[in-house]
Amino acid sequence: MPQVMDADRMARALTRIAHEILERNHGTGDLALVGIRTRGVPLARRIAHSLRDINHTDVPTGALDITLYRDDLMRHAVGPQPLVRRTEIPFSIDDKRILLVDDVLYTGRTIRSALDALIDFGRPRSIQLIVLVDRGHRELPIKADYVGKNLPTSLQQSVQVRLQEIDGEDDVLLEGGAA
Amino acid sequence: MLKSRHLLGIADLGAEEIVHVLDTAEAMKEIAARPIKKVPTLRGRTVVNLFFEPSTRTRTSFEVAEKRLSADTLSIAVAQSSVTKGETLLDTVRNIEAMAPDMIVMRHGSAGAPHLLARLCRSVIINAGDGMHEHPTQALLDAFTIREHKQRLDGLKIAIVGDLLHSRVLRSNIQLLNTMGAEVWACGPATLMPAGVAGFGVRATTSIDEAVADADVVMMLRIQHERMHGHYIPSTREYFTLFGLTPERVRRAKPDVIIMHPGPMNRGVEIDSEVADGPYSVILEQVANGVAVRMAVLYLLAGQEGEGD
Repeated sequence: MPQVMDADRMARALTRIAHEILERNHGTGDLALVGIRTRGVPLARRIAHSLRDINHTDVPTGALDITLYRDDLMRHAVGPQPLVRRTEIPFSIDDKRILLVDDVLYTGRTIRSALDALIDFGRPRSIQLIVLVDRGHRELPIKADYVGKNLPTSLQQSVQVRLQEIDGEDDVLLEGGAA
Repeated sequence: MLKSRHLLGIADLGAEEIVHVLDTAEAMKEIAARPIKKVPTLRGRTVVNLFFEPSTRTRTSFEVAEKRLSADTLSIAVAQSSVTKGETLLDTVRNIEAMAPDMIVMRHGSAGAPHLLARLCRSVIINAGDGMHEHPTQALLDAFTIREHKQRLDGLKIAIVGDLLHSRVLRSNIQLLNTMGAEVWACGPATLMPAGVAGFGVRATTSIDEAVADADVVMMLRIQHERMHGHYIPSTREYFTLFGLTPERVRRAKPDVIIMHPGPMNRGVEIDSEVADGPYSVILEQVANGVAVRMAVLYLLAGQEGEGD
């Protein structure tokens, strides 16, 4: 199964994104990171870590579970409901510049759900989107502001991001079909 | 996932399903702390709360849970409605079903009423208390509250004290706590002890001091005057002397004991006000947790709609 990103390149991509965040936002004032469960959460923490290394400031970091906001939740055939996990945003998002973090950007539906969920927590000044991999095939008008890697894919393929914190190693794999 | 498409009783749930409901409820609890206490999950679903017995706490708790999940909800207190005009239970429910609800939350004075409807109706049925039989969401919220404080259920000594005979809360709690490996003690006067209580898998005693000794959890049950058609206790004052939970008795339990009561409380009958309002009491937490647990149950069962038989 072809590896399209190894641990080194992932680390460099995240560091580059941290620099881009500082450049575009002129520092970390009013910034807050919100990772989308599952793999957006460790990615958000790593970016927070990079920002601390580069800028010596702490950016508050939260975790968002979007299950209850999914647009396909009650449309599937009868079956077990997806697991709901805790949302933990231990700070007010009012007037903050929110950096939303996910591993893969695909149809855009997860991000749509996340935007709905975030708005229920308050009125942020802006929301920017960070993804490790953008694999294309959008079904909604959504675009990432920071991208670790643009990866052209076919619909038959699947992209798997593995992270040390969850999977024991860092890499991105492209499975099935021809690119 | 849940194996059944209804929630009729704890008897139908395995340990894994109970843990799944409690874990889901943990995620649901956070929603109550948000500025907008609502998620769009059950948008367009209709839930009918059908109460053939008076209830404030349970009905309100279900209503709040339904609204927080964005379901359309209506509550019908049938005691003041068609039943008094002679309609049968099944006819009442068939008429409500003709309006195409997705779920029916039901309380009834007769054991097994929700089970009957589950067989004969299309809707998902949630039992909110049937006679002296079961009250599954109460047992789940009790377990949730215990787990929040003790981080576990297995190996805990849990004393349930009071009117055991008429209590569906007792029956559901015993089954849940036994399934999860807790040590359950049931305590009450001999006249309010169900025949064969030992067969439930509990230690039965008529001494509250013995039941409470070194307990991790003391759960008080209400004296259900409305179900007592006979002289079960000489007087409420004597009952309080022999079975009331007083500060002196609480001292016999573990130092980190929690005191629970499903409500409504009879202060000065089964529980001293000083205990009910004291530092060990988690009675109001139980009420708050009830909403989260019912949200979890509604969410999990919503995936089973339309399965039918």
